[in-house]
Amino acid sequence: MPADMRARLGPLELPNPVLAAAGCAGAGRELAQFIDVARVGAIISKSIMTEPRTGNPAPRLVETPSGLLNSVGLQGPGIDAFLQRDLPWLLSHGARVVVSIAGQTVREYGVLAARLSDAAGVSAVEINLSCPNAEDAGRLFALDPATAGSVVAAVRASLRYDIPAFAKLSPDVTDIVAVAGACVAAGAAGLSLINVVLGMAIDPATMRPALAGAYGGLSGPAVRPVAVRCVWQVAEAFPDVPIIGTGGVRTGRDALELLLAGASLVGVGTAIMHDPSACWRVVRELEEELAAIGADQVADVIGQAHGGHGRAARGLARRS
Amino acid sequence: MSEAAAGPVQVRATVLTLRRVDAYHALTLVAPAIATRFRPGQFVTVAVGGPETSMLGRRAFVVHDVRPDHGGTVEFVFEALGPGTRWLAALRARDTLDAVGPLGRPFPVPKNPSRCLLLGVGYGSAPLFALAAKLAERGCDVDFVLGAQSADRVFGALTARRSGRSATITTIDGSLGARGPVTAMLEQVIREARTEVIYASAPVPVLRDVTALAARYAIPVQASVDVPMACGIGVCMGCVLPVTGTDGITRIVRACVDGPIFRADLVRWDDVGTIPFDALGAPGWKPKAEGHLHAG
Repeated sequence: MPADMRARLGPLELPNPVLAAAGCAGAGRELAQFIDVARVGAIISKSIMTEPRTGNPAPRLVETPSGLLNSVGLQGPGIDAFLQRDLPWLLSHGARVVVSIAGQTVREYGVLAARLSDAAGVSAVEINLSCPNAEDAGRLFALDPATAGSVVAAVRASLRYDIPAFAKLSPDVTDIVAVAGACVAAGAAGLSLINVVLGMAIDPATMRPALAGAYGGLSGPAVRPVAVRCVWQVAEAFPDVPIIGTGGVRTGRDALELLLAGASLVGVGTAIMHDPSACWRVVRELEEELAAIGADQVADVIGQAHGGHGRAARGLARRS
Repeated sequence: MSEAAAGPVQVRATVLTLRRVDAYHALTLVAPAIATRFRPGQFVTVAVGGPETSMLGRRAFVVHDVRPDHGGTVEFVFEALGPGTRWLAALRARDTLDAVGPLGRPFPVPKNPSRCLLLGVGYGSAPLFALAAKLAERGCDVDFVLGAQSADRVFGALTARRSGRSATITTIDGSLGARGPVTAMLEQVIREARTEVIYASAPVPVLRDVTALAARYAIPVQASVDVPMACGIGVCMGCVLPVTGTDGITRIVRACVDGPIFRADLVRWDDVGTIPFDALGAPGWKPKAEGHLHAG
């Protein structure tokens, strides 16, 4: 019997736990040529900022072993165009939409949260904390628990009460559990991890950095073990906080691994570059993986790697 | 979904043939769903390296030709320069490939019979022959100007001579046709052929020179740009270049969805690879009207 694939995103029930990760699904239209966006758990928008933004010069992408290194620089249309054009399109095609937001100051995050509160159909907000803080010499918000917490608090203060906010964390920190704790304390309904791992490639032919932005964010299967570790550590510390596990998921087996580590939802990102129908394929493969291990529902495997602690034990108790 | 009906498809395509063409390889796939949707100038992407590949970027190739046999075949031309293209060059007949297409905007064709000049450099000339056939159907005259480093890198010289009203070949080393860059012969051909429209598929510096020359003769140019792509469908934001809209505003656009065919006079060729200060959303750029974000 096929496993029950339903999953929860805050108060909302999703048909399955597979999400298109931020920045990897375009505005949704691009993917809709290949998959039905309504059948994916949810679509996480690319990170939206207050104004249109060009992003960085090219080259912006370089292929590394099992990874992509990018320095796109948050190119995007800005919140006005997103609300006028992209969000209505996604909703009219039946997609559940998580809006990723990115700011240059703590205040900008609050402004974006307020704008989204007035829009209908936003399932959740994902706070992209891996952005340079213009008020702190470009240091990423995600690097410091207090700063990350202040962004979450600003969003929470401006965001409609019934829209959950997930904080997306960077793995490039000494203690991700400390940052996670600060975000939860500030009112994050859940956590999204991980964002890209900083990396760099140099072209021996030109003897120069391969990216115009010198270094960039590494994603793809190369970072999956880092994602599994981060999800596991945070789930161990906060077993009741929902986690969107993202990082190098290419197959249903990879999605299962993040669920076992403690994620209750799984993001598919860079795999979309390689296979435009990756999100839907991962849904089907995960269904097969769950059937193969005899799980009746997604909840049965969430956090199972934690050896009988936390949610895993409760999930099993529910079965019996 | 109406969008999907005319749009690209993802298929598992079977390799029909893989052959050497001088310095290049030509790969023919059986892909009826792509072939029937194809219009000249569009491209396909393929995944390389097999299911467990460590190469995550797709490889994009402008389509050379489609044919009706086996329900529909699609051929593209490439040079085996890196690990991905070397993997492709080692494929055999009956192997299968994950292929997506047709992608991108095709060449626009004139409504009335016109005198068209088709310029290609290296295997960049690949998309010009399907275009030439379509132009011929519409009663257009086609003059080819093909160039490359050397004779073995001129792609399609024979087809150009057969199908074009004229075919001018140039090589940098002089091993075929006139010695020199492709642009050296361009002005002479424009005058003799009394060219009305130019289609060009070449590296960016050549496209820039062709655009500048054509501007002196007030000839419109449609350019096929060759910039690296990782996804081909508009999600990775890797293949960007600055293009001015008909509204006069420069935007950083994606070659894969807004191109690869562009009106050449709108592309800011000298600024490719940069973010011009006046591009919409560039650092320091301000919207003309005060938005409500500033109202408080």
